[in-house]
Amino acid sequence: MKKSYKIEVDCAACAQKMEDAARATEGVRNADVNFMALKMKVEFDEGADPSEVMGRVEKNCRAVEDDCRIFY
Amino acid sequence: MNKKQKINLLRIILAAALLLILSCLRINGVPRFCFYMIPYLIVGYDVLKKAVHGIVHRQPFDECLLMSVATIGAIAAAFAKSGDYTEAVAVMLFYQTGELFQSYAVGKSRKNITELMDISPEYANIYDENGGIVQVDPDDVECGSLIVVRAGEKIPIDGIIKKGSSSLDTSSLTGESLPRDVGAGDEVLSGCINTGAVLEIETTREYSDSTVSRVMELIEDASSRKSKSENFIAKFSRVYTPAVVYAAIALALLPPLVLTVMRIPFLWSTWIYRALIFLVISCPCALVVSIPLSFFAGIGFAGKKGVLVKGSNYLEALSEVKTVVFDKTGTLTKGVFEVVSVHPNDISADELIHIAAHAERYSNHPIALSLKMAFGNEADGCTVENAEEIAGRGIKAVIEGRTVYAGNESLMKEAVSDGIIPECKSCHDHTGTIIHIAIDGVYAGHVLISDVIKPHSAEAVQALKKAGIRETVILTGDRKSTAEQVAAALKIDRVFSDLLPGDKVSKIEELINEKQREEDRVAFVGDGINDAPVLSRADVGIAMGALGSDAAIEAADIVLMDDDPLKIATAIAISKKTLRIVRQNICFAIGVKIICLILGSLGFANMWTAVFADVGVMVLAVLNAIRCML
Repeated sequence: MKKSYKIEVDCAACAQKMEDAARATEGVRNADVNFMALKMKVEFDEGADPSEVMGRVEKNCRAVEDDCRIFY
Repeated sequence: MNKKQKINLLRIILAAALLLILSCLRINGVPRFCFYMIPYLIVGYDVLKKAVHGIVHRQPFDECLLMSVATIGAIAAAFAKSGDYTEAVAVMLFYQTGELFQSYAVGKSRKNITELMDISPEYANIYDENGGIVQVDPDDVECGSLIVVRAGEKIPIDGIIKKGSSSLDTSSLTGESLPRDVGAGDEVLSGCINTGAVLEIETTREYSDSTVSRVMELIEDASSRKSKSENFIAKFSRVYTPAVVYAAIALALLPPLVLTVMRIPFLWSTWIYRALIFLVISCPCALVVSIPLSFFAGIGFAGKKGVLVKGSNYLEALSEVKTVVFDKTGTLTKGVFEVVSVHPNDISADELIHIAAHAERYSNHPIALSLKMAFGNEADGCTVENAEEIAGRGIKAVIEGRTVYAGNESLMKEAVSDGIIPECKSCHDHTGTIIHIAIDGVYAGHVLISDVIKPHSAEAVQALKKAGIRETVILTGDRKSTAEQVAAALKIDRVFSDLLPGDKVSKIEELINEKQREEDRVAFVGDGINDAPVLSRADVGIAMGALGSDAAIEAADIVLMDDDPLKIATAIAISKKTLRIVRQNICFAIGVKIICLILGSLGFANMWTAVFADVGVMVLAVLNAIRCML
């Protein structure tokens, strides 16, 4: 399952960090952060609950870039 | 400006004012240090916080950490010696100003670009249970629902018109300003604006599969396909920052060491100060921000002009194209048959077309359609009886009591009583399909039907030559004579005719192997209907007028929204401009940084220069990037 979320982040390098953090999150098969469109595309693992996984994604992103936001 | 930017602006103003006041006061020693710390912390506390955050999460080359080390180092040097804290505070102040300006400029230009491309509808009108009209989110409209589009509204979802007729402004999709007339039964694409009367449309897709969302998704995803320049910058910045940081450490330690050995007196603070300058310059932000932004702006601008570029890499490849290969039918020509000339024998030209059109009344063959179109007044009350198709040869029908044959030469042998077709003096150099007509056993003349060249094709080939395209080529399945005639009319350099679809792929491969330099690219332009394999084999596959065709959008790298070949030259021009700006930004940013590094290590640059090399360059590069969309 693939879903797209709006995000808020300040710089391109920070967006890259968010992408890495999201990819490393459990329940995420793949993630793409598009800084220009301010969007994050997340592909979830089979049977994963998106809202639960996104909670973890946000936590991990906050760890690398503490003023980023994900709207989910 | 968003809330965060406003707060940052306030902090900068407050800190600058404090700094100004402090510079007028005469305080010394520790109180002086304490007073100067107030503006420093006001403007820099978040940088310091992020720096600590960076250490905790083991990201040592974070720019906040580098700025913190640089400014704290400068403060320490000042505390030990001169007591001049202004520079450290000012560096932080300028860094934050630059960051603010950059975030504002990037945010603003991103907004401009997205607005430029934003063709998504905000709502759809559907009927509720009581027959009233309600606005809903296009996402919630099921396939097969009836939607209402009023004048001035955007069609939210692809569908078929059930009621009403109007004209549509397709410019947001195609870049074409000419309105398109539509009526009941016509298929309409989302994203077009209804400029006439109310339309009732039955949706044939869900919103997420509709043209608008597919186009938006394509453009947004385009920036995730990185170009060579972007990959270069990513690699460069990964090496650059650590390299400069290590160079800074070396600069702080090595020269003093050498000088000590040589017993030359020196000041530690001089070399530490120079090292701190290195740290300020070490951030690659100008490049990391401005290069993707340039591509994004270029892609957005191309989208506005009706050219969908599916990735930054394709925009880059397009700028290197030296050979453009065209499919003929549907690309350079209209792909529909049209009557090009009428040569009657004894009767008038109008009468000949009249008879020919009636003979073909019950046929749906493309040739029949073209004859009917040329006549234009099909329902004029004439009777047409006993129409029969004579397979592979033509048609026989009785029109107003007269027996008419319309078809090829072999049909005429039967239709004309003496079996002889008089030689035509006026059409010896035409190519196309000839329809002979005989009335009651007498030869009446013939009509020449041919595929016509699009009005902009010749201009497009000219424009490509001007844009630096070395060679233009036609690949076609058509006969040699037809292909060569089209090539001559358009001044195309080479022609390969009588090709089967599979041959086209091998021809493209031959052309790719022929190129003179490794970085030259071969582009193929097709209508995407049966040339998907060729589109994907070429270095750059360009599909035209392919808005409706999923297969073409899938196979192509660049999609022209309408079928005007002139758009190819437009696309190339945009790609070249974008790449020029990208190169300028790379050279400018790297160049200024290297110069400042050299000056800094020799002691000719101070921290102000370094701040300019960092944020000043970044701001200029961002402003330059925005030129891509002008």
